[in-house]
Amino acid sequence: MKNYYVQRVLYALFTLYIVITVTFFMMHAIPGGPFTRERHLPPEIEAILNEKYHLDDPLFKQYIDYLGGVVTFDLGPSFKELGLTVNDLIREGFPSSMNVGLVSVIMIIAIGVPLGIISALKQNKFIDHAAMFLATLGVTIPSFVIATLFITLIAANFTFIPISWVNDPQNVGDAIFRYIGPVIALSGYSLSFVSRLTRSSMLEVLRQDYIRTARANGLSERRVIFKHALKNALIPVVTYVGPMAAAILTGSFVVERIFVIPGIGRYFVESVSNRDYTVIIGMTIFYAALYIVMVLLVDVAYAFIDPRIRLGKKMGD
Amino acid sequence: MKKLLSVLLVFAVVFGLAACNPTQSGDMVLNWNIGADPQTIDPTLNGASDGGDVINQTFEGLVREVSGVILPGIAETWETSSDGLTVTFHLRDTKWSDGTDLTASDFVYSWKRGMDPATASEYAWIWEYTNIVGALDVVYEGGSLDDVGISAPDASTLVVELVNPTPYFVSLMAFYHFLPVKQSAVEAVGGEDGLWAKDPELVVCNGPFKLTSYTAGAGLTLVKNENYWDADHVYLSQINGYFIDIATTAFVKYNNGELDFIPDVPTVMIPSLVAESPEFYAFALLGTYYYNFNMQVEEFENAKLRRALTLAIDREAIVEALSGGQIPATGFVPVGFADNNGDDFATEAGDFGISTDDGGYAEAVTLFAEAASEMEMTVPELQAYLNGQVILYNTSEGHALVAQMVQESWNSVLGVQVTLQNQEWAVFQDTRQEGNYDIARGGWLTDFMDPAGLLAIFTQGNDYNDPKYASDAYDLLMTEAQETTDPAVHFAKLYAAQEILMADLPVLPVYYYSDIMMAKSYLVDWDRSVLGSVDFTHAKIEK
Repeated sequence: MKNYYVQRVLYALFTLYIVITVTFFMMHAIPGGPFTRERHLPPEIEAILNEKYHLDDPLFKQYIDYLGGVVTFDLGPSFKELGLTVNDLIREGFPSSMNVGLVSVIMIIAIGVPLGIISALKQNKFIDHAAMFLATLGVTIPSFVIATLFITLIAANFTFIPISWVNDPQNVGDAIFRYIGPVIALSGYSLSFVSRLTRSSMLEVLRQDYIRTARANGLSERRVIFKHALKNALIPVVTYVGPMAAAILTGSFVVERIFVIPGIGRYFVESVSNRDYTVIIGMTIFYAALYIVMVLLVDVAYAFIDPRIRLGKKMGD
Repeated sequence: MKKLLSVLLVFAVVFGLAACNPTQSGDMVLNWNIGADPQTIDPTLNGASDGGDVINQTFEGLVREVSGVILPGIAETWETSSDGLTVTFHLRDTKWSDGTDLTASDFVYSWKRGMDPATASEYAWIWEYTNIVGALDVVYEGGSLDDVGISAPDASTLVVELVNPTPYFVSLMAFYHFLPVKQSAVEAVGGEDGLWAKDPELVVCNGPFKLTSYTAGAGLTLVKNENYWDADHVYLSQINGYFIDIATTAFVKYNNGELDFIPDVPTVMIPSLVAESPEFYAFALLGTYYYNFNMQVEEFENAKLRRALTLAIDREAIVEALSGGQIPATGFVPVGFADNNGDDFATEAGDFGISTDDGGYAEAVTLFAEAASEMEMTVPELQAYLNGQVILYNTSEGHALVAQMVQESWNSVLGVQVTLQNQEWAVFQDTRQEGNYDIARGGWLTDFMDPAGLLAIFTQGNDYNDPKYASDAYDLLMTEAQETTDPAVHFAKLYAAQEILMADLPVLPVYYYSDIMMAKSYLVDWDRSVLGSVDFTHAKIEK
């Protein structure tokens, strides 16, 4: 068991290394640079900036230097956010993104899973059709449409709901209600997906022989569902939720801009158009690392849910 | 669950009421959406309009430009020597926001900092247009800061030596790059790279307002600067600035009364706002949107062909489709520049026979045929020759719309089938500068109130001469315009230069840029510079 985790962490580090290398060389391959401007910088100034950020070094030296920085958790200075480092940007922005993201993830699980279970148990009844209709809407409507509709139709008319994110809420109402819009927009797709996933995997499990056996043995329906069916049905859901959580916790470009949340979502998109090399790669590393951690957590969760899954042991051991 | 919700609701209402209206009556507080979070609000380092808008409230230069009029700022008076080469400013006794004296040497420091390549200011190139002795050398040639013609003989006198007479020099001093900064603040520990200007603990400024808070990605707070020299005529006690760059969000907040001033509105709302809302404003901006013909490819060597293409588009239809208050362009210099007689430069210059609507189509067809015979081709041959020429633009809905409309009318009027290609912004910049295009989108906004700023880009060797236009006659006129001390001669040369440019048409003018905004009717006496910065110095809220 212990060996297994050591092995996984080593794999994870190797994956990160590949991610860094590919991102590093890809971003340097695209035309334009961090100092590309509609009004060009005087060459003298560009030379000084290139020297300051070591962009005049050979690419391979920059790469080695960057790897050296990453090892010491130094992601370098941002080219665009003057005077700030990528570490600063993550430190300042991530709490906001994580805040909204965490609430969204909780909502997705707390609403999506029960909704899927109910739909499966009441298959083809009204509640099933209603829930799956909503789920289809949630998957098909993009988050920026949900966010815009929320602002123009709901927040504009209900004064207790802030139209945009309130940074220093003066009252409890703002502190709570400011989450409604961003969480709906952020969780719409995944919530729908999770409920559909739960439903289909639940339906499949309910047709298994051991459920019939359990029922034949006279176990209460409640016990059959929660003790026997649900655990197995949740495995695909857990597989999906791990990576999803990594994506949601790191914020969304669109949702954060529409609701004016000072998170890190915008850096994932803006850094590329700004050719803000250090931010591009820093954000990629951050996301990749979070993703890997989530996948590891999913593995751990498997072991808890299904005792048949023995990590690190080959079949027949 | 229901119970819990209703309890929460009650809480929200109670706390909501308690938190309402902490300001006393009589305090005027403005809620202003700035737009994007500015990269910097250090005047010397700034290169963007959002930063410029904030700086216009927190700093003040030698002069202030309001609706095109140059008003005394920190300089009370100034005079230019008879040869036009020395400008002397006499400063008022003013103070920085920290209570210390602001002197002429503060300007010397700030300007030298701006031109010093080590500062790496994005706007350092503008020193070329100041014509200050030695400035160009410092920026481009590694010259010494000691040889620059700026001096402060005493605390209230600033003397500037110029290479050429520069009629727009004083007006240029209103631009943010030339506003003063205090050395001790700039060099404070933790204030590197302009961070001092965003840090309420470190910032020292000299404008009507000063910064008291800054939250990245969210907003900032400004309060009245009691040390501002004209503080008696500053009425707002506080400005809450927001960084909302989605027009819809800001518009809903505006309609809800949470914002009093927004710099943008959702495009779909513009037609109805123009028709119905007295709170909607559209101003002309001093800039032109155009297409570059690549003069180095042989397809566009013929002037008649370029003119035929220029006439074969319906500018009014394009402007209407964009619906942002843009003005159809019939020349390169946009409306809004006054000449030596105080007349509008663009109006005086005339329309060069360019129709704003489809009125030029017939002439376009004739010219196209003439061009064909000059190029020793038949009309169908010329059409085939131009087939597949590419209009290149950077990815954006607006640019795509313009390109599609141009493509469509060239096809229907002249039978020329061009293709469209979009590139991501930075890639596009590279491609255009290297001249790897047939026709490329261009746009130029000026930073000072003289048409020379726009016309100068088409001189040979200019970095922004994207069409690679080369006309010795044009260059000569531009040099003469630069060197004369007589404003009448200056403008005569500029008029003549534009005549040549519009006869050769290395560029196809499409429209003049515009600036739209909304301000509540109870917000009065706010101003705006023709260069596009909003000004709340004397604004009041009259509810």
